[in-house]
Amino acid sequence: MSAVAVAANDKAFETVRTPDPEPRPIKIKASDVSVFYGEKQALFDVSIDIPERAVTAFIGPSGCGKSTFLRCFNRMNDTIDICRVTGEMLVSDANIYDPRLDVVELRARVGMVFQKPNPFPKSIWDNIAYGPKIHGLAKTKAEFDVIVEESLQKAGLWNEVKDRLHEPGTGLSGGQQQRLCIARAVAVSPEVILMDEPCSALDPIATAKVEELIDELRENYTIVIVTHSMQQAARVSQRTAFFHLGILVEEGPTNVLFTSPKEKRTQDYITGRFG
Amino acid sequence: MSTTAPTSTDSFWHSEAAIARRKKRHGADRRLQIFGITAITIAIGLLGILIVSLVSTGYQAFVQTEIALPVNVSSEEVSRDDPSKGDYRDLIRQALHAEFPDVGDSEFRQLEQMLTRNAQFIVRDRVVSNPSLVGQTTTFHIPMADPIDQLNKGVISAETPEDRRRVSNVQVELFDQMEQRGLVSTPFNWGLFFNADSRFPELAGLAGAIVGSFYALLVCFLISFPVGIAAAVYLEEFAPKNRLTDIIEVNINNLAAVPSVVFGLLGLAVFLNFFGLPRSAPLVGGMVLSLMTLPTMIIVTRASLKAVPPSIREGALGMGASKHQVITQHVLPLALPGILTGTILGLAQALGETAPLLLIGMNAFITSPPGGIMEPATALPTQIFIWADSPERGFVARTSAAILVLLGFLITMNMIAIFLRSRLERRW
Ligand SMILES: Nc1ncnc2c1ncn2[C@@H]1O[C@H](COP(=O)(O)OP(=O)(O)O)[C@@H](O)[C@H]1O
Ligand SMILES: [Mg+2]
Repeated sequence: MSAVAVAANDKAFETVRTPDPEPRPIKIKASDVSVFYGEKQALFDVSIDIPERAVTAFIGPSGCGKSTFLRCFNRMNDTIDICRVTGEMLVSDANIYDPRLDVVELRARVGMVFQKPNPFPKSIWDNIAYGPKIHGLAKTKAEFDVIVEESLQKAGLWNEVKDRLHEPGTGLSGGQQQRLCIARAVAVSPEVILMDEPCSALDPIATAKVEELIDELRENYTIVIVTHSMQQAARVSQRTAFFHLGILVEEGPTNVLFTSPKEKRTQDYITGRFG
Repeated sequence: MSTTAPTSTDSFWHSEAAIARRKKRHGADRRLQIFGITAITIAIGLLGILIVSLVSTGYQAFVQTEIALPVNVSSEEVSRDDPSKGDYRDLIRQALHAEFPDVGDSEFRQLEQMLTRNAQFIVRDRVVSNPSLVGQTTTFHIPMADPIDQLNKGVISAETPEDRRRVSNVQVELFDQMEQRGLVSTPFNWGLFFNADSRFPELAGLAGAIVGSFYALLVCFLISFPVGIAAAVYLEEFAPKNRLTDIIEVNINNLAAVPSVVFGLLGLAVFLNFFGLPRSAPLVGGMVLSLMTLPTMIIVTRASLKAVPPSIREGALGMGASKHQVITQHVLPLALPGILTGTILGLAQALGETAPLLLIGMNAFITSPPGGIMEPATALPTQIFIWADSPERGFVARTSAAILVLLGFLITMNMIAIFLRSRLERRW
């Protein structure tokens, strides 16, 4: 902890960046984002560009601020009273911390999937239809039915649940629940989907399915995923960012970061020397 | 343990010390279980004693001695156009004369007193509601006066010397005669539920108290339910965490611990003396009771709101639901079973509350059920209070019966609460 304070004072934490060989358009641009929980600083001047229609993975030891950073992207940190965010965050070139911006709209454009599957205790159909309903994306039952089917198709869940759309979503298995949550996020046609350790509560088979799904979704959505599993980051992401003690240490193309990290701390972490 | 464990674990677990330890441990387990069983036995035993003593004194109030008396409602005495006027007292006398022609003038008064004093009004009310009875002889079932009722139920014994009982020898003889002629019956006492209070035990019922309690609880519910939920939602979901809300929180908890009689005094001072609301009205009763249930409501609602898992809120917020949508569409529906259970328990508590109602005059003697929340009324617990204070023998049984009725309502409400809880409870 004191090491962080020293680092903060010395400004000795330049992020090591490796650009993509063929650069992609940028979807999210964070500049000097710091986050404070009350007096305690959890993130120190993080700057990163998130490419469009690709998977960006955040890795790092637990408590290093991955979730905190992810929750800045859809302003979920607003819901924590003591949390304060400074710096600039642009999604599609619009500053999302602009006071005139409506968070409801932002969260429709930047969807989120949580660590623990959290379907609403309602029917599968209602779970999917909820977002479109509150954002006014559909009116008639037929329109909703189309959205529900499409979203479940995209989440690869349609064949498993099409006969029980009106049974509670909480009755599904853990992996199915998580895919239901992904379908729920997809239903409002977001541009970005944030995933905070989406597989940490799932068994290996369910995890494989979700990873496969993430790979498919990449074609249409910008995905940012937090994971504590380096294998998962290596499997699903195109770019990886390594965080340590609230600092973005290194970011670059996933294969580069895992095969030839430039920072000592990154190397130590991915070779399992700490974490 | 690791320091004392010998190298061979097998011999360690079979050593004498180990066996002694195991015995001790099992003994302690057994003792704890025995303590628990004893405690439960005592609790159930006390409850049993309460119920048995109430039932053994109260059961007699659930039946009422009646006499079947043919009364000729002659068109000379009662006009068909306005049956409410007419000398019904005389009609009863004539009927008694006709039924018991042998009774001499000196003893006739005693015969007359064997019927309830309101016999004439009972007959009148029946005739008014059905004017076609005029000009006919109809058999009326008329409650017998309290002493005769007690004689029939064996509370007053014919063996007791005449000067030490409230029934004369003539009346005992007449009663035997009536019984032999099959005029006496002891049917279920519907009057206990459908009559209002009366000075005469044989006519006194709980209708006024039940309706009064119902109105008071209705007012209490209408005030404390919305106000309690709104306050709890604000405190739990919106209020900033600062010194002011801390003070509010502590004081709500304090309020829940204030003795109810204090709320009664407050009601007396504020609602009656300052706002000039009517005395004895269920409106005021309900308002006073709501002061009492409100803190309970707020605490229960907050606990239910807290119990809704944060992941549900996050999910909804993450979908772009705004705060009010999260609360009304997700949190409140999930908290509702808990809130309802708490509400019913709070109302049950309010139903049994006596002291504040005494202070605002809901222990008045009122002979008709209230027609609305502004009319004077009693409530079940205050009615018990009034009856327990009455000297007539018949009120002893009626007090117990009223307590049983009150307990019946309380148990029903608690069962509904338990049913709701087990039925609607959600597990995540
Ligand atoms: N709601 C909160 N209130 C206070 N501190 C928090 C809160 N959430 C996270 N933190 C702190 O911020 C730091 C980063 O946490 P987090 O972003 O959850 O880490 P990660 O997701 O990388 O494991 C931790 O030190 C944690 O204690
Ligand atoms: Mg985390």
